[in-house]
Amino acid sequence: MVGALALSLAACGSDPTTGAEPSEAAGGEAISGDFAGAGASSQESAMEAWVAGFQSANPDATINYDPAGSGAGREQFLAGGVQWAGSDSALDDEELAASAEVCGPDGAIDLPIYVSPIAVAFNLPGVDSLNLSSEVIANIFNGEIKKWNDDAIKADNPDAELPDTDITPVHRLDDSGTTENFTEYLSATAPEAWTDDPDGVWPLEGGDSAEGTSGVVGVVTDTEGAVTYADASKVGTLGTASIKVGEEFVPFSAEAAAATVDASDRIEGRAEHDFAIEVNRTLTDPSTYPLVLVSYAIACTNYADEAQGNFVKAFLAYQASEEGQQAAADAAGSSPISAATAEQVNAAIESITVG
Amino acid sequence: MTTTDSPPDAKPGRLKPPTRRRNHGDTERGFSRVFRWITTGSGAFLLLVLAAVAVFLIARGLPALTASPEELSGKGGLPTGMNSLWDLVGPLVFGTLLAAAMALLLATPVAIGIALFISHYAPRRAASVIGYVIDLLAAIPSVVFGLWGGRTLAPIISDVWVWIAGVLDFLPFWTVNVTNTGRSLATASVVLAVMVLPIITAVSREVFLQTPTLHEEAALALGATRWEMIRTAVLPFGRSGVISAAMLGLGRALGETMAVLMILSPGILYSFQIFDSGQQQTIAAFIASRFAEASGLAVNVLIATGLALFVITMVVNMGARAIVARRKEFSGAN
Repeated sequence: MVGALALSLAACGSDPTTGAEPSEAAGGEAISGDFAGAGASSQESAMEAWVAGFQSANPDATINYDPAGSGAGREQFLAGGVQWAGSDSALDDEELAASAEVCGPDGAIDLPIYVSPIAVAFNLPGVDSLNLSSEVIANIFNGEIKKWNDDAIKADNPDAELPDTDITPVHRLDDSGTTENFTEYLSATAPEAWTDDPDGVWPLEGGDSAEGTSGVVGVVTDTEGAVTYADASKVGTLGTASIKVGEEFVPFSAEAAAATVDASDRIEGRAEHDFAIEVNRTLTDPSTYPLVLVSYAIACTNYADEAQGNFVKAFLAYQASEEGQQAAADAAGSSPISAATAEQVNAAIESITVG
Repeated sequence: MTTTDSPPDAKPGRLKPPTRRRNHGDTERGFSRVFRWITTGSGAFLLLVLAAVAVFLIARGLPALTASPEELSGKGGLPTGMNSLWDLVGPLVFGTLLAAAMALLLATPVAIGIALFISHYAPRRAASVIGYVIDLLAAIPSVVFGLWGGRTLAPIISDVWVWIAGVLDFLPFWTVNVTNTGRSLATASVVLAVMVLPIITAVSREVFLQTPTLHEEAALALGATRWEMIRTAVLPFGRSGVISAAMLGLGRALGETMAVLMILSPGILYSFQIFDSGQQQTIAAFIASRFAEASGLAVNVLIATGLALFVITMVVNMGARAIVARRKEFSGAN
């Protein structure tokens, strides 16, 4: 709405008193043309908000985002089929090398544009929150702990009224970034209880499962005693766990999730503006929540096509802006990235060359 | 139209030509001939489509059948711990057959009951209403059955499964596991049974209605009760029809995708734990759940499992034909 207004004002350029300032917000000249991206379905609702917001400022731009999955998105990007990709994991070294073919000698860069806490959500009538350490979570999901009134759970929740209900863990049936981040968290923080490698496909045999975030949340909502892990904004009325960070139990929050990204280190040995981070799952600062999903926008460092380059720069700048992050938070419940992260992302976007 | 259509009085003395014309196939003139081509074409087209599907399945499934174990577990996307295609297809075939068999076991007796009620017990008006409702049941899309089964039926019926598992607890050598979510093969089979019910009922009803009235009246005249009349006259007459009805239902149960996909928590095991989650999976639901993310050899693997389903369906249908053909002589239909 504001963007559209700015544009209409800018269009009346003959009047010098009103035109100049607001037009900057729309990113200089308006972008037009057809553009395509593909990748992570985790970014889908945020992307809808971003596309809508961007198009209201640039009504002549048509943007298609195909939520085909992170792997498919990176593949299409490296084949030159799309201008940018959304992905729950950064390009690996092999893919970085391959990116030189479509992006020129400097290859592609990863920008953390979408951060979302993952909640451990359960259905226990009368219990809204529980303190669960990662060992306990791992033992719940691998079947070691079978009842909600198990001593291991009681020990961290002396005040909670825990029923003698069976625990029914529910996992994602499909290959998902949520599963990958969840198993990565468990294997990093509770290596003794969780011995499987991090993977997008649930590694254990048997157990209940459902398709997609809405699927697992639906099953848990219908089943007393069930527990799952899901995008924190989608858990509805379910109770959620506070996870153990250092010596304290921390409930999920947007600020803590964004702080986790700030506290994590970049993956070393990459280009100056490549912002691929190794999420530090073993943080001990209680202002962080290390069970987060970080999803990237993957773009070229150089675009031969001027229209495409200008579009990608403007669109990613909008995504990283305060306004864009707020739009995603409203639409998808993600955590807006911190000012410090945004500054670095913007510097990276600035560095993208066109022509 | 043509010269043969000249008025009959032109050749008054000859009576034979009409018969001879028919002997030479001259009933096929004008549109009649075109129509013959159309029907022949339709028949050939059907075979062509079937052949095209078979060729597609074999051609695209072949790379998976010939791939080495390393390729299969790498690019082929086989679940961890499996190293041949049979490790995947075997349990899937098992799960598919188990689900369909249980669905049939549940649906057939109920369908026969409904069909007999409509054909022999219900007042005419009630019979037509019930027949209408049954047809309506057949028109509900399977995705709706899936939603209903997954979100409404499963949480309710899970209590029943928990109870049954508790009763079966006395078995010394076998522990019956049960999931609290109800997302088990037993629930999926119940929903499949509801889905195949209309088809079995409709065909059985038609067959029962065709029982010769003389047979029925003869049975009644000999002093049979209505149940005895049905047992001695109607059921023997309709047996082959009921079997082919059940096989039609089996065909639908084998290939049903959405309902299973939305209800079952799958696993790829040879397991008779029908009340537990993460045990079995059907071929159709497996393909549907994996296809979106598959690429390269993984697609070939999925198509190879599809080929297995194609073969099963064909074998089942041929088996049904054989049974029906063998029973025909004893059914009294001739």
